[in-house]
Amino acid sequence: MSATAQADPGPALVQGRDLCKRYSMGSSTIHALLDVNIDIHEGELLAIMGPSGSGKSTFMNLLGALDTPTSGSLTIAGREIATMGSDERSRLRNETIGFVFQQFMLLARTSALDNVKLPLMYTRLDSSEKDKRARSALERVGLAERMDHTPSQLSGGQQQRVAIARALVNHPRMILADEPTGALDTATSEEIMGLLGALNREGVTVVLVTHEEEIAACARRVVRFRDGQIVDDQAQSSEVGKQ
Amino acid sequence: MKERESAARGIQLSASLIIALKAIRTNAVRSTLTMLGIIIGIGAAIVSVSISQGAGQQLQEQIESFGTHVLQVRPGSGFFGGRRQGAGTARPLTDRDVEAIAALSDQVEAVSGRVQSAATLVVAGRNWPTTIQGVGADFAITQDRGIADGRNFTRAEARRGATVALIGQTVVNELFNGGDPIGARIRINRTPVTVIGVLEEIGASNFGQDQDDIVWMPLAAVRSRISRDSGSVPDNAGAITIKVWSDLDVLAVEREIEDLLRLRRDIKPGADDDFVVFNFAEFIRARNETEALLGFLLAAFSATSLVVGGIGIMNIMLVSVTERTREIGLRLAVGARQRDVLTQFLVEATVLGLIGGVVGMLVGVAGTYLAAAMGEFPILISPWTLGGAVGIAILIAVFFGYYPARRASRLNPIDALRFE
Repeated sequence: MSATAQADPGPALVQGRDLCKRYSMGSSTIHALLDVNIDIHEGELLAIMGPSGSGKSTFMNLLGALDTPTSGSLTIAGREIATMGSDERSRLRNETIGFVFQQFMLLARTSALDNVKLPLMYTRLDSSEKDKRARSALERVGLAERMDHTPSQLSGGQQQRVAIARALVNHPRMILADEPTGALDTATSEEIMGLLGALNREGVTVVLVTHEEEIAACARRVVRFRDGQIVDDQAQSSEVGKQ
Repeated sequence: MKERESAARGIQLSASLIIALKAIRTNAVRSTLTMLGIIIGIGAAIVSVSISQGAGQQLQEQIESFGTHVLQVRPGSGFFGGRRQGAGTARPLTDRDVEAIAALSDQVEAVSGRVQSAATLVVAGRNWPTTIQGVGADFAITQDRGIADGRNFTRAEARRGATVALIGQTVVNELFNGGDPIGARIRINRTPVTVIGVLEEIGASNFGQDQDDIVWMPLAAVRSRISRDSGSVPDNAGAITIKVWSDLDVLAVEREIEDLLRLRRDIKPGADDDFVVFNFAEFIRARNETEALLGFLLAAFSATSLVVGGIGIMNIMLVSVTERTREIGLRLAVGARQRDVLTQFLVEATVLGLIGGVVGMLVGVAGTYLAAAMGEFPILISPWTLGGAVGIAILIAVFFGYYPARRASRLNPIDALRFE
């Protein structure tokens, strides 16, 4: 599956055109994003890098449909984010995007299975289907034996795998992972990156934000932000799958 | 189509309920303390309502026992040389006054004079001191009292002062020892009297008097043979009891009777009445105003507790929302809509209100029985009071929980996720 921005195989999963995000701080205006243009295609494994304040977080918020651009156009799965209301974006997130956070963001005193079911709580699936999907997502991340464990009974790597199962459970088109290995040791980080890479090979688009070059090296494409703009966007040979 | 789909999607109430119960159980101590205000408020509300309803019911029973449409006329204070002589010292009311009032038949259903005398009854070697009331044939109607056995005396018997008597059940028990009293001849102050009927048993009055320990005889007979009241006019009717037709306004009839008696007694315009018209229902209502005030104070106290309890719920919900900001952010990120978050926190507030309401209800019922046992109040615990109390607890919880819930639902997911 060729998935670079240069070789366009069809309409992109994500299309950003002249994206701007401005904040007014008193009398001055801060451009968090300035005229960003980007296409992300189905099946890509992409890393976003940049120092803090570079606009990468702002961009990820837009990519996750958690925020809307001040100007410009952003379509995700063919739908324009800029003009969507918050409930519409909730639905888009629910159906299209899976989130993985640095701090796992699991509900305490709640079993792995119930944590994974969380996104399904906001769907109309019947409960046996919810259960089936959550179990299969946990099996997919290798936690079939740990479904009843609460986060405090799981290691950091296992917790992050529960979080990845939660991101997968509603069959998203794209997984957004914000520093997914930031709270993990090296060995566990590699394990998690291996899992994300494997999911990507199964067809899920994965976008990860990282400041670690080793992590970014796993991606086939690295987009670098600085001062609210993309300063570098290039394909590279992926190391994913070598482990 | 898109709208309908998005309406169909959404968190189920049962899921919200589970989350709410979990959150409340996680913070059991805090939740219990929060619910105290509601518990106390609902408890106090139930005690106050049950006591005031009990008092109301007793009032109603008292009014009904006297009859809501019953008036009594008595002679008022007489004047002697410019000095008022006290109640009952004015000119007596007479049989002719009774007849004149009875003539207002479109307003008055029944009317009877009543004189009272103490006497000892003797029959076959047994004796019993009791109260003899001299009344008209219609007195039973004014009292809503039936004849259990035998018959009432007729108007003709009343008019001629026949020596016949209706006796109460207590008198029957004391004198006849289970035997049949009808037709028996008893002696009252040496006058032989024939028992023609037994009065319906009604037990003690509201003032604790045994109303079955009594004898009714024609007024004229009591006047001439039993009391031999020499100091009074020969046709003294004592106090007049009047039963007004139940579909009429008692107060209007009361004024009519006052006018009639003023005319008959030659009272000049502007001068005071020398008689008193007594309205039982009004009297009892007035007497119960103090109890109503007590009920009002308790109600005010419970309302205050409920507001304080509501503020407690609002406070704890705000704490809960703040503590769970990241959870809210996560839920919003994975697809919860604002209304899902709103529902979730409203359900949590509702559950707090419901538990507080139910516990408060139990406390209230226990408190009511305790108050009844200690203060000997009449109480009335109705299912409406209990259901209403729990309903109010839930309403208060929803009202005060709305602001925190709304605040949670309006959180920006980005900020909420980053919240430390």
